[in-house]
Amino acid sequence: MTVSAQAARVGTPAIPGAAPYRAGVTEDGLARRLKALACTAPLHDLEARKANLAGEYSVYAMAELGLTAIDLVTVTMDFDTGADHEEVVARLRPRVAAQAPDRGPAEHERVARWVLESLINVGSVDRGFRAVYGTWTQADGYVRRDYDFKLLEEVPGPDGDIFLRATDEAVNVLVGALDTDVTSAQIAAEVKLEHLIRRGRLAEARFAAEQARYRTVQYAETLRRALEATRRNVRAVDWLKAVPDLIDEALDHVAERYRHENAILTNIRRARDEAEEPEHKRSAAELVDIVQDCIRRHTQLQTRLMEAGPLFRAEQDRQAFAARPQRPGLDLYGQLLRPVLELPVGDARAVTDRFFAAGTGLRTPVAVRLHDLTELLLTPPVEREHLGAEVPEPDLVATPDDSRFSEAQHDAAAALLDLPPDAPRRLSGLLAEARAGDPDLPYLVALLAFHAASPPVGTALRQGDRSLLVAIDDGVILDDPEVGGADLIVGTALLAAEGEPQGVDAAGPTESAPAMLPDAAFEVPLHSDAVRPPGALPRADAPGPAAELAGEPAQPAGVPNPGGAVQDSPSEPGAPGPDDPIDRRNRA
Amino acid sequence: MTDPSSSSTSFPGQDRHASPGGSPAAAPITSADVSDAARLVAFGLQPKLLPARDAEYAELVRRHREDPRFASLCDAVAAGLGLVVLEVSPRAGMAVTAAEDSVFAVRMSDYARRASTESADRFLHGLAHLAIAALAFPRPEDLAEDSYVGRISVHGVDAFVRQACRRLEERAEQSGENIDPAVDAPGLEAAWRVYARRSATGATKDARRLSASTVGIVGKAVAFLVDSGFLQRVSDEAGGTYRTTARYQLQVRDMAGSAAMSELLELGVVPVSDGSATLVPPTDDAGELVPGAGLPFHGV
Repeated sequence: MTVSAQAARVGTPAIPGAAPYRAGVTEDGLARRLKALACTAPLHDLEARKANLAGEYSVYAMAELGLTAIDLVTVTMDFDTGADHEEVVARLRPRVAAQAPDRGPAEHERVARWVLESLINVGSVDRGFRAVYGTWTQADGYVRRDYDFKLLEEVPGPDGDIFLRATDEAVNVLVGALDTDVTSAQIAAEVKLEHLIRRGRLAEARFAAEQARYRTVQYAETLRRALEATRRNVRAVDWLKAVPDLIDEALDHVAERYRHENAILTNIRRARDEAEEPEHKRSAAELVDIVQDCIRRHTQLQTRLMEAGPLFRAEQDRQAFAARPQRPGLDLYGQLLRPVLELPVGDARAVTDRFFAAGTGLRTPVAVRLHDLTELLLTPPVEREHLGAEVPEPDLVATPDDSRFSEAQHDAAAALLDLPPDAPRRLSGLLAEARAGDPDLPYLVALLAFHAASPPVGTALRQGDRSLLVAIDDGVILDDPEVGGADLIVGTALLAAEGEPQGVDAAGPTESAPAMLPDAAFEVPLHSDAVRPPGALPRADAPGPAAELAGEPAQPAGVPNPGGAVQDSPSEPGAPGPDDPIDRRNRA
Repeated sequence: MTDPSSSSTSFPGQDRHASPGGSPAAAPITSADVSDAARLVAFGLQPKLLPARDAEYAELVRRHREDPRFASLCDAVAAGLGLVVLEVSPRAGMAVTAAEDSVFAVRMSDYARRASTESADRFLHGLAHLAIAALAFPRPEDLAEDSYVGRISVHGVDAFVRQACRRLEERAEQSGENIDPAVDAPGLEAAWRVYARRSATGATKDARRLSASTVGIVGKAVAFLVDSGFLQRVSDEAGGTYRTTARYQLQVRDMAGSAAMSELLELGVVPVSDGSATLVPPTDDAGELVPGAGLPFHGV
């Protein structure tokens, strides 16, 4: 009796429909979650659809690439522009390649493009996605509704280019904060970061820092929209309350974030410098980069915030205090455009149709004459000029050739200085040989040799050159009628490409290569002086200084092995070089 | 605007074509007069031609302003052809536009192929024209002031409408109503949603504008208005920047604006100037605005 009565009491509200339906919180939350779920659908769809592509694409993790693409677009979103189409594809390609390194670059490109275009949804008219979900209310019962959203949208740039921007939906999907306030989410991410740094978990700290950056971008985007709208129409933006509040809030926020991030930066820098493990050191360094980028974005945001007030006042002056109205007119925006936008599209179409009919003016109807028509139809099609109009031949005036040395002289000097790597020569010998052919040539040879005293090793390495002309001063005074200074040793140094084993060309003793490092270089002058009389004097020493000279600039360029990237080939000691006797003879 | 009645009372003696001592109505109309009147209407049918560029046109416009008999003859010719005269003046020339159902009227189906089948596209094309006008004459004074020259750009118009849509979206979110339309009733979807969800632009294979995108639709509308002599191209900035002509102001003020307003009123929407979310209080009063007040008074 008691039990059943109790059961009945408890059971009554549970009968469906008996109690008033509690619309509101749960139902709203459900719709929100359904929409959030829908936003991830295009990514799942990527995975599902890859099987339909012509070709074997199942090796690629498409959802991962999709998220990476959204990531790339979000990070490059700035105040003025978004990410460039091609740039995103280019930056996505290495990620694609990493997933299937044995496939060709053309396929990687195709996959990157496919992922990007799928995220834009190029095939559809709206270039967006649509999901259907249902809501249930007491009044209307169950209603199916369309939810339209975009992940990446294409927006026009100032000069007509098309840029990609990640939508709010995409940013939310990406960071996984589906229904949170911008500011509070940022604070939360920040606290988390500090916590993580204290505990030394840098990998997670980095994730949190990246999240903070996405939030910052989103924040800046809100402001950018408001400012842009103000420029168009002051009245379209609420400058009485909403925007000043936004600016105040954002300024406070920037000030706070700036302090905060500088503190974080100091912490991470310390972590970076103190970290022992190279992996930790590297991730801390990356984190420093990210936080620096955050600070840069904050500074940018702050600059915009400072400009916002003057911009508003200028626009207000321009738009509101212009000429006095002469007669009341129609407020096209307030009385026509906005009410139309609020209407259901079926009704709104009636208004726009009327406006179109009355607002497009007139077109004079075309009357066709049979005579013209036949002529028109019988005229052969005009050959489209594929390359455009003919380019007029420019009237060129020959500029006087004021170069000091002729082309032939340059060639001769180059031929003279084209020394085999194992046979460096004295400058004095080269000068004498040059003088024998052309009295002017020694100057050019001397200039080139002086140039070679400070060879552009970094440039040569970047260009992938395999050899480089180097000149070493070993202290010998040049004895020449025209040119004074040191009698340089001029030789060709072979450059080993990065990662290549040293001494590829080493025909001589292998132990000479490691021994060529700085110490050997300082010995050169003494050594060479001591052994001058024997014929093999310059060649044994040349590799040392050459390696030293070249190795020094190569180091900052990121070559991991100091002095190893550039390796002069040591000649076989004692073997007389073919041109050495000539040098001796010339000097005599 | 010319007012034939005022010119006839002000300069009765200057009417060279009036018979001596008699009223103007009594003078016989020669076929040469009719030919001249038709010639002036023909000039008016070339919207890009201005009296300042053509001596004969300028002379006919002058005659129209000074000779009320000739003016009414021109108006009669125009009306017979199915044209409405908006203004005859040196700045705008013979500004005529097509009356409803006239052979000169532009039909939406001729304008855009998709518009005849896709109701959303039809709406967007119409809205583009409305938005261009709204941005060309942003304040009521601009539309009323004869000397005002508006400037618009294709990207500007698109951004302007998007901003308006965004505000409506924010408002709908604040009020907490569910803005997603029911699946089986697409006509009940809020108009701003149709615009907002259409892509702004898009890359195409041949590097042209995506015609179905909103920038493409606005660009088409702008190009069409240039052909109608309503806009003049200024530069290529922001997808093409244009300035308005006197004819466009007349067309919007006297034809399109009021026609759309009356349609809106028929739908039961009485737009009151909204001061709640705008900083500048509305300078005009909705009560002063009588539908049809701006209609051309060169009635026949």
